[in-house]
Amino acid sequence: MVGYILRRLLAAVPVMGIVAVLVFLMLRLTPSDPAAIIAGDFANDQQIAEIRTKLGLDRPIVTQFVIWVGGMLQGDFGESFFYKKQVAALITERLEPTLSLSLLAIVLTVCIAVPLGTLAAYKQGSWIDRIVMGFSVVGFSVPVFVVGYLLIYVLAVRLDWFPVQGYQYLRDGFGGWLHRLVLPALTLSIVFVALIARMTRTSVLEVLHEDYIRTARAKGQSELKVLVRHALANAAVPILTVIGLTFATLIGGVVVTESVYTLPGLGLLTVDAVLARDYPTIQAVILLFSLAYVVVNLLVDVAYTVFDPRIRY
Amino acid sequence: MDGAPGPSGTPVLELDGLSVALPKTGDRTHAIDGVSFSVGRGEIVCVVGESGSGKSVTAQAVMGLLPKGQLTLSGGSIRLEGKEVTTCTPAELRALRGARMSMIFQEPMTALNPVERVGAQIGEVLEIHTSLSAEERRNKVLDVMASVHLPDVASMIDAFPHQLSGGQRQRVMIAAALVLDPVLLIADEPTTALDVTTQAQILKLIAEMQARRGTGVLFITHDFGVVAEIAQRVVVMQHGKVVEIGTRDEIISRPKAAYTQMLIKSVPSLEPPSRTPKTSAVALAIEGLSKTYVSGGFLAGKKRVVKAAQNVSIEVRRGETVGIVGESGSGKTTVARCVARLIDPTDGEIKIGGVDVARLRESALRPHRKHVQIVFQDPYRSLNPRRTVGASIIEGPVNFGESTADATRRARDLMTLVGLQPDALERFPHQFSGGQRQRIAIARALAMEPRLLIADEAVSALDVSVQAQVLALLDDVRERFDLAVLFITHDLRVAAQICDRIAVMQNGVVVEHGPTAELFSNAQHAYTHALFAAAPGRGVKFGAGIEATT
Repeated sequence: MVGYILRRLLAAVPVMGIVAVLVFLMLRLTPSDPAAIIAGDFANDQQIAEIRTKLGLDRPIVTQFVIWVGGMLQGDFGESFFYKKQVAALITERLEPTLSLSLLAIVLTVCIAVPLGTLAAYKQGSWIDRIVMGFSVVGFSVPVFVVGYLLIYVLAVRLDWFPVQGYQYLRDGFGGWLHRLVLPALTLSIVFVALIARMTRTSVLEVLHEDYIRTARAKGQSELKVLVRHALANAAVPILTVIGLTFATLIGGVVVTESVYTLPGLGLLTVDAVLARDYPTIQAVILLFSLAYVVVNLLVDVAYTVFDPRIRY
Repeated sequence: MDGAPGPSGTPVLELDGLSVALPKTGDRTHAIDGVSFSVGRGEIVCVVGESGSGKSVTAQAVMGLLPKGQLTLSGGSIRLEGKEVTTCTPAELRALRGARMSMIFQEPMTALNPVERVGAQIGEVLEIHTSLSAEERRNKVLDVMASVHLPDVASMIDAFPHQLSGGQRQRVMIAAALVLDPVLLIADEPTTALDVTTQAQILKLIAEMQARRGTGVLFITHDFGVVAEIAQRVVVMQHGKVVEIGTRDEIISRPKAAYTQMLIKSVPSLEPPSRTPKTSAVALAIEGLSKTYVSGGFLAGKKRVVKAAQNVSIEVRRGETVGIVGESGSGKTTVARCVARLIDPTDGEIKIGGVDVARLRESALRPHRKHVQIVFQDPYRSLNPRRTVGASIIEGPVNFGESTADATRRARDLMTLVGLQPDALERFPHQFSGGQRQRIAIARALAMEPRLLIADEAVSALDVSVQAQVLALLDDVRERFDLAVLFITHDLRVAAQICDRIAVMQNGVVVEHGPTAELFSNAQHAYTHALFAAAPGRGVKFGAGIEATT
């Protein structure tokens, strides 16, 4: 097991390398000039050239890449063009809102989707099933920002249950943190609830026809326990796979959600950095996201062994 | 119909005019109709019937486990120790299930939850029905596991089902069923999926448990060998109705109902008929065939080597049927697959019509493929459900250059030959019964005009009366086309009836090989002896008294 995890981490190195090259090249191939943006609308060519030299953008592309990668290997992610701060520090302070949002969204998703999907499977063909499936079609087709503004209008503006926007750091109190985060997390999770509820339903339906479900009933087990202890435990692996994949798509949702609710997280940072052509920040954030994805996938694979003892590495 | 109480006092189970309705769309109105019989305390009653007879539905009805929305109890009564069950609420039924009545099933591979430890699954019954502490539960589970003769229970209690053999899993099922000493045990084909030697052990265990604990057993089976082994009384069912009830000896030697007589007569005898040795040309010569599987190794964990077949040599002459008999894991199917080149042998020669095909590349092999055809075990899955029977049959010949019109004409002739209507070609596999599908599978194989036909457990999934018909058909086409037949089976009765010669395999090795009659009368190898000894109903003359009573 430890050997397996080490091998997987080792295999992540070339993946990260390829991502680094791609991000670096793509940014430099886009027709825009960070120096021109920093210099502002009234700068002359010479001022722009000076800024370019200061940022090191006048050097050959290979040299720039070597400097960047070399810096990263020593833990230096460079300085943001736009914020004039170390990228590492910038990311660290933006990490909490994004992590909070993502984790709460995942927790909400699982807590809503898995019971819904299981219930739909158990009551296959009933009105409950049809409502859940109908919701999952709608939830999947409506864009995140539409859901966001709709929730803000109903739950924040009309009912005044939640604040419209903003973030409270965890160190300033858990209640406030949660209160301000529920709405964004809910917004973000709607798509995934739709997806995972559907997946859970299919997975549980398949398992409900298995012989061991009949065995459990023959033991006199209650229907709830049959569903949770026997059906859901066996349906977990495909559900887990989808939750893992969800993480990849979650990142896109984070960017939009943070913009809608003005949460000072990595999503908002990404948008600002892209608009400012802030190369070091964009590169670091994308690398971080890919690393997160690699790690989450590894965690999912390790979690398989917890849910299914037949899977061993 | 049968009021006789069991050996002592009130019957454990009484069924009186029990009916279960089918959904309106079916061709029958009832899955079971007016079923009445009883199971006495400490009595083993076998319910025998072919598929569709309603024997499993009867068991499900008793347990209150009829599939919701599909089958509904429509009349009659079920009494457990004199108490009416049909009027119980779901909660009352749950309290009875697992405690007063319990059930074991056919497939020990799938009847246990694969992600839960076996000890926890046995303990679950105690969790539901008792207020024992975790430690008391564990001790009781250890006790009951030891009582069903599971080895090394202290470590096995924490094993997962996939770490156990089929026989051990069935013992776990039995342990879970008996842990609370129910008065009634329903066993639904509990040994059908097991090897014959394992089957003998499980039958012995059920009889032992029943005798020790005085449990009434309702034993459902389609196998008269098993009936002869274990039953005290027998209930024969057909099309949802009880045809006949009698003691074991009455049913097996002197059945009264015409249907029972037909069933009993269809049971293949363990005494092979005399056969003249074939001296025709050799169609298939397997020499020194080996197949080794290697898994793991570099970067993928521990290296494992499995010798599925070792140095196997078998000859089949034209017009001859040679059987390969063995239990699961013996390598019999590996040999068949190598011969058909569905898998590549590791070593040895496979000569078909004098040509060694063991190492031919795919392109050179192709012309030889048509000479070897296989009929598989499961007729429900070996035909493509989305293609018409005709399309499945002509696919092979057309691939080998025959025109569609010619191939279809020949397919029509073949349908008549295997006893089906030619217009069956237009229909889909699901419109046929299991026996008919196996006939179609045989027609499909014959359409390729093979020299060698491999029958891989081809009659194992069929009811006994249908089995007799398909065996007769196989024998007929062998003679008509002068076919060499390699017959893979685990069933000694079937092997005795159809094979000219038999090779017995164990752990990938042929341990004994000889003419059928000789092998049955004078087996040399200990394993062959063990197989014969385990065959259910050996030494019982099925239908011995039929002539006398009719």
